[in-house]
Amino acid sequence: MTEKNMKPDAKEALKRYAELVARLTPKSKLGQGCLRAFWVGGCICVLGQALTDIGTAWLQLTASSAASFASITLVFLTALLTGVGVFDRIARYAGAGTVVPITGFANAMASPAMEFKPEGWVLGTGARLFTIAGPVLVYGVSASVILGVLYYFIRW
Amino acid sequence: MLLYLKVFVVGGLFCVLGETLILKTKLTPARILVLYVAAGAVLSALGLYAPLVRFAAAGATVPLTGFGHLLAQGAISAVQETGLLGAFTGGVSAAAGGIAAAVFFGFLAAVCFRPKPKDY
Repeated sequence: MTEKNMKPDAKEALKRYAELVARLTPKSKLGQGCLRAFWVGGCICVLGQALTDIGTAWLQLTASSAASFASITLVFLTALLTGVGVFDRIARYAGAGTVVPITGFANAMASPAMEFKPEGWVLGTGARLFTIAGPVLVYGVSASVILGVLYYFIRW
Repeated sequence: MLLYLKVFVVGGLFCVLGETLILKTKLTPARILVLYVAAGAVLSALGLYAPLVRFAAAGATVPLTGFGHLLAQGAISAVQETGLLGAFTGGVSAAAGGIAAAVFFGFLAAVCFRPKPKDY
């Protein structure tokens, strides 16, 4: 039932309920959440930079290879920490601090892949690996193809 | 050392924006990821993302917007080299390392570990 075809008193009750929710939801979630996301997310990026610098200085990688090396290592660490159950705890504390960096992408693949193992290797792990990564790749790859085609014709 | 400070602040700010979006707009983390990748690709194609990468390095490449940047720059430079076909090969080739690692290590995690009971 949509809000439009409700009886007036039901609509009133819905409004009162929304007011109640707004009143009882703890405030300052935003400030605390942002602070946590900021420092954890910042640290993950610093780790990425350290790995990039290690790649260029010690492994003599080119700039783009060093960036790939950093991404791959971060993805590996995330999958490992997700596997042993530590990543979920960090993620619960940091919110977007772990979601926005590439760790969020890696966790979004490893976590359902593990969770749906009981449904089988093909349709459990194999398919669920892409529950969230699928949409990310669909829109990311499609955007790159569209931009590439546009670039071919316009050459800005 | 200054570079590391810039990495920390810029990377952190990307996450603050994400946290604000999650708390204020009820966007789920999955939508945030999609939004960031698409936004990164578009900003990159407009030439706005490369300066940020020069300024903050990993602070701009580690967030998912950097993944979008990689896809868009890959497609554009492949178009410059091989023409229209590059629009299809360039993006994924540039991002191949991250994609293959996420697929493989995600799979490996499922092989090696049992799912933990969720206690929340």
